[in-house]
Amino acid sequence: MKDLMFRIRKNPELYTGAVIAAVISFILIAGFLFSPYDPNAMSAAEKFAAPSVSHLLGCDNFGRDLFTRLCVGGVTTLFIALATVSIGVVFGTIVGAFTGYYGGAVDEVLMRFNDAVLAFPSILLALVFISVFGSGTFKVIISLGIVFVPSFARIVRGEYLRCRNLDYVRSARLMGAGDLRIMFVHILPNTFPVLLSSTVIGFNNAVLAEASMSFLGIGVQPPDSSLGRMLSDAQAFLFSEPSYAILTGCTIAVIVLGFSLLGEGLKKHA
Amino acid sequence: MSKMIKMLALCAVTAVALSACSGGKPDASSSITIGIPQDLEDSLDPHEAVAAGTKEILFNIYEGLLKPDETGNLVPAVASNYTISEDGKTYSFTLRDDVKFHNGQPVTAEDVKYSIEKSAGMTGAQSLISAFSNIEKVEIKDEKTVDIVLTEPDIDFPAYVANLNASIIPADNKDPKTKPVGTGPYMYVSRSPQENIILKKFDEYWGEGANITDITLKVIPNADSIVMNLNGGSVDMFARLTSTQTQQLSKNFNILEGEMNLVQAVYLNHAVEPFDNVDVCRALSYAVDVQNILDLTSDGKGFPVGSSMFPSFAKYYVDLTDTYPTDIKKAKELLASAGYPDGFSFSITVPSNYQPHIEAAQVVVEQLKKIGVTADIKLVEWNSWLSDVYSGRQYEATLIGVDASSLTASAMLDRFRSDADNNFTNYSNKEYDDLCAKVRAESSDEERTKIYKDMEKNLADNAANIYIQDMAEFVALSDKYEGYVFYPMYVQDFAKLKLKGQ
Repeated sequence: MKDLMFRIRKNPELYTGAVIAAVISFILIAGFLFSPYDPNAMSAAEKFAAPSVSHLLGCDNFGRDLFTRLCVGGVTTLFIALATVSIGVVFGTIVGAFTGYYGGAVDEVLMRFNDAVLAFPSILLALVFISVFGSGTFKVIISLGIVFVPSFARIVRGEYLRCRNLDYVRSARLMGAGDLRIMFVHILPNTFPVLLSSTVIGFNNAVLAEASMSFLGIGVQPPDSSLGRMLSDAQAFLFSEPSYAILTGCTIAVIVLGFSLLGEGLKKHA
Repeated sequence: MSKMIKMLALCAVTAVALSACSGGKPDASSSITIGIPQDLEDSLDPHEAVAAGTKEILFNIYEGLLKPDETGNLVPAVASNYTISEDGKTYSFTLRDDVKFHNGQPVTAEDVKYSIEKSAGMTGAQSLISAFSNIEKVEIKDEKTVDIVLTEPDIDFPAYVANLNASIIPADNKDPKTKPVGTGPYMYVSRSPQENIILKKFDEYWGEGANITDITLKVIPNADSIVMNLNGGSVDMFARLTSTQTQQLSKNFNILEGEMNLVQAVYLNHAVEPFDNVDVCRALSYAVDVQNILDLTSDGKGFPVGSSMFPSFAKYYVDLTDTYPTDIKKAKELLASAGYPDGFSFSITVPSNYQPHIEAAQVVVEQLKKIGVTADIKLVEWNSWLSDVYSGRQYEATLIGVDASSLTASAMLDRFRSDADNNFTNYSNKEYDDLCAKVRAESSDEERTKIYKDMEKNLADNAANIYIQDMAEFVALSDKYEGYVFYPMYVQDFAKLKLKGQ
């Protein structure tokens, strides 16, 4: 117990972040799985109904249950963010591993390409991809995924550069291990501490990126909900029904707060 | 001593300056600030203005030989009357005696000839009125008479003459694009880009002139700040608000309800399966509950329509809203008999900048679920909508409002002729084409009206589109003013506005 208290005091970000992120994710996923309402079912009679026992947070402009939509939208947002970061991490790791390990021409070419992608603001670049692929949930994941690759590639490359001439790699090489085995069995686990914290921070950015894209109308398409989509719907009722926008905004804020504290904590921990 | 004199002199100067200020200030009782959603960016030249938002303002500055009034009739403006020759090819316009341009010069036959030729694209840029390609020549008969000779007779010709794009401007004008001179009740004073446009009452107007002396049009492009501007008192009037926006306004505003004069519908591409099957279209029409759409999207405000004609165009309007009462059972039967017992899926393309259409589409999607039809919404930019849907006809269904470009029934109905250039729904119906041919050959106005009504019935019977409504539009007017009038077309008439009790 005393030990736990000491650890919390030493790294409060890690533990507060973990708790906030876990609680909000739990609420959203539980609502998503167990809410009795169809998130898209409309009811003219319940337009902007006030919070009550049957509608925990009231209803939106189409009389749809706000809590259900927040949960479904939140899960959609979390899913998009997770998928985006996964694409970023997987491809970023592959690119980073090869460039960092081999160096030379491969490194030069891929990294200059990487720099070119990094040179553009990420949202702007995602917008370009969207205009090529078309809008929709799946396409947003791919577009944002591509945009997220370079930052991970850079981080992983740095780690590989640092590790490739360390003693344990040299001994593995002497023992006749192949390049691929060295890269992914020996070096990769050593990049995890750095990779983990940047994955969590990247996840955060992905949540915000999805929200911005859907807010601009190019992400999740109506009537499906996502947090950004709901915020854009709520905008029209900012003064007449402020609770709609405030609840949606707070959900995004809490998710981002939780995961960014967690990311900071992990960084400190590593 | 000299210091004292200086002080006194300074005081005197200040006093004079102050009094000059209050004396020079226009009487506050006769000015109004009107908010507009966009700057008049395209052109102030009436023959080049394209944007509806520009044209509705220019309506106060310019006039044609004829002009529309608030009931949809054409009334004489720069011309006092006109006659049509026996063969229907020559329209002879007699000019009104006392019409003056804003620069003080009287309107002459030369000005009219110049303007019509310029507008018809005979002397300058391309014409914005396609029907004007039918003009063979414009002739000056005498000082007060101008003949317009057509290649083919066209019974709708007066409606095109009344179009803003056929306004009369002085022949010796230097720069109509930035220094507009017209004959309307208001004259142009100045424009600060993205800021405001200032208009002043034209005292020598030939008819019943304007009531309010000074108008400032304030550009408020951000939809969110419109309500703040109104409530804060910096704007006295704003047109085309949504029902949500009006609910946020303070008690100092009167909310006037009118119609947008368009037909909002789910337009179906009849060249695409399964919309080539009339039973499918009918089934969808039975499944869609218009009243429910109105309740959900606009608090029940709006005017249901059953065909491609809006109610305020009373002369041609037939009430066909009862053709497809909401009937899920019947819809399912029709779908089954058409070979889709389990429904089908399609996508509805909606331009992303039109929130009311997006909202209506969401309700439609939800309603169609009840008959097993899965629709998804595809939001596209306005420009891609124009190129892919409207011109390219690459879509399955689209939810949009279609309005009339001129005050003629054919502007609404001709687009469903199978070989019409603008038939973006690919509607193809032999009977309808016959009616189109018949109406073009007919010269009696009464008969024509009847045929137009038959065309509307044809569209309704064949469920050409899933008709929804003519949307309600709301105008917020400060309670200090009154006299706002709605037109059956996209127009703002500022001349009728006045102070309460003026």
